[in-house]
Amino acid sequence: MTRKVISLAEIRDGSLRNVSFEAIAAAKTIAQGGEVVAVLVGESVQSYANELIAYGADRVVVVEHAQLKTYTPDGYGQALMAVVEAEKPEGIVFGHTALGKDLSPKLATKLNAGLVSDVVAIEEKDGELLFTRPIYSGKAFEKKIVNDGLVFVTVRPNNIPALSRDDARSGDVTSLSVDIKDLRTIVKEIVRKTAEGVDLSEAKVIVAGGRGVKSAEGFKPLQELADVLGGAVGASRGACDAGYCDYSLQIGQTGKVVTPDLYIACGISGAIQHLAGMSNSKVIVAINKDPEANIFKVADYGIVGDLFEVVPLLTEEFKKLKVHS
Amino acid sequence: MNIFVLMKRTFDTEEKIIINNGKVNEEGAEFIINPYDEYAIEEAIQVRDKLGGEVTVVTVGNEDAEKELRTALAMGCDKAVLINIEDDVEESDQYTTAKVLAEYLKDKEPHLILAGNVAIDGGSGQVGPRVAEMLGIPYVTTITKLDIDGDKVTVVRDVEGDEEVIEASLPLLVTAQQGLNEPRYPSLPGIMKAKKKPLDEVELDDLDLDEDDVEAKTKTVEIFLPPKKEAGKILQGELTDQVKELVTLLRTEAKVI
Repeated sequence: MTRKVISLAEIRDGSLRNVSFEAIAAAKTIAQGGEVVAVLVGESVQSYANELIAYGADRVVVVEHAQLKTYTPDGYGQALMAVVEAEKPEGIVFGHTALGKDLSPKLATKLNAGLVSDVVAIEEKDGELLFTRPIYSGKAFEKKIVNDGLVFVTVRPNNIPALSRDDARSGDVTSLSVDIKDLRTIVKEIVRKTAEGVDLSEAKVIVAGGRGVKSAEGFKPLQELADVLGGAVGASRGACDAGYCDYSLQIGQTGKVVTPDLYIACGISGAIQHLAGMSNSKVIVAINKDPEANIFKVADYGIVGDLFEVVPLLTEEFKKLKVHS
Repeated sequence: MNIFVLMKRTFDTEEKIIINNGKVNEEGAEFIINPYDEYAIEEAIQVRDKLGGEVTVVTVGNEDAEKELRTALAMGCDKAVLINIEDDVEESDQYTTAKVLAEYLKDKEPHLILAGNVAIDGGSGQVGPRVAEMLGIPYVTTITKLDIDGDKVTVVRDVEGDEEVIEASLPLLVTAQQGLNEPRYPSLPGIMKAKKKPLDEVELDDLDLDEDDVEAKTKTVEIFLPPKKEAGKILQGELTDQVKELVTLLRTEAKVI
């Protein structure tokens, strides 16, 4: 069955987030040959449209309004409802991001639809779409179907591969004018606390520290390693509880669940709650003084040693590699 | 202040997941209040202690959840409500839960509703915003700070590590993120008092709902465990050599660099 599917794009720091392209790829699978329409929402966002087409969207609908400069559930809810009324899609894909998590249940409720959140894989079997998603923070997985009607999903960043970019592709870009009013929540201020660029949930490489990092200062060598690899720094609950870093860095059953290509665990013992947040990473490296540490059981490669010796050596080694390549 | 907390009973974070006949085995497992809901309960109690009023903790589930409701009462909630759907609903999803909660809450005139931002078992994070939308009230998710001044509410929302300062007014639904507060442990007098606090049980009938009204819109067809990982390679030798070997392995064997 072919479906018309819309996918919501997201912009961060002046660029489209990668998950926007992954959402297009997911929409293609759900569409089964039907049309995929990417949606751009913001104050002035038209310029991003062609990139969405290059990544596989057939068309782009642009919704621009001064009140849409900053995300609010009411503003974006009204924008997306206008798109749904105009396009009448049979499928909707959002990224499972702060925005997607916040907005999707509202829109699903408005549309009296089901919603499968945090999807990591989509397959078609006997004409039915099966959505795989982690449960118990990745200790198990479930496959879900949508009983009938609208197929609405959010996709976890870094899991469904984007299609390769093809700048030769072309498609219509149209504007949809909307009336945005009665915003019941107003964003007064945005306080930037994370580093520019690499977002933990989308990072391809994560260097994470545990209690073994010993202090806030101890995260420095980890940050240096992450910088060389173009990655992000994360932490175990132990490190957060000890006050070495902000809770926004916490990876685990409470905290973020991440699936980078490479996860380097430094001074992390590997409590079951932490493993739940990272054990589905593609490759795991563990660095720990204690050879009995639980983290070695899930690691692909382990070095038994002091992280303060190993991590700077690793940084140097990767630097050399960068110079050579 | 008429305050409600939406609570879920979940597996303890320590539990290993075992699957029997396509279902997660619950036998012998330890259950807890969903950790994010504990932040919601704590915040509700603090708001009540400051501004007065009453905190009602509500859950959808079966009678096993009475234990967690009593814990919430022991922490300091005033009343508990179990909406028992066990006999009426065979298959439920987030729509089901939200619909049941919204029907229960619609004539209760809540000023403030708090919930966890996500449950650590199902992990969808849908129920809070769905309930707010069904009730026609605004919501703010993943909050780390809550200030109420008359009808005006100022909250800090965690957005993937950054913070938004948001203004809204009551009635409002908020979902709790880690960092909102430090949930208290129930005190011994609290536990004693909790035994005498009201715990009401409600069924679908009492809410004028039947099974069709809350019919799930999605269905789980399979549950499985992630593939077991092979034991990894512990490198040997001088540290500098180990580091060199690791970089080589990451490039040539794992091919992630």
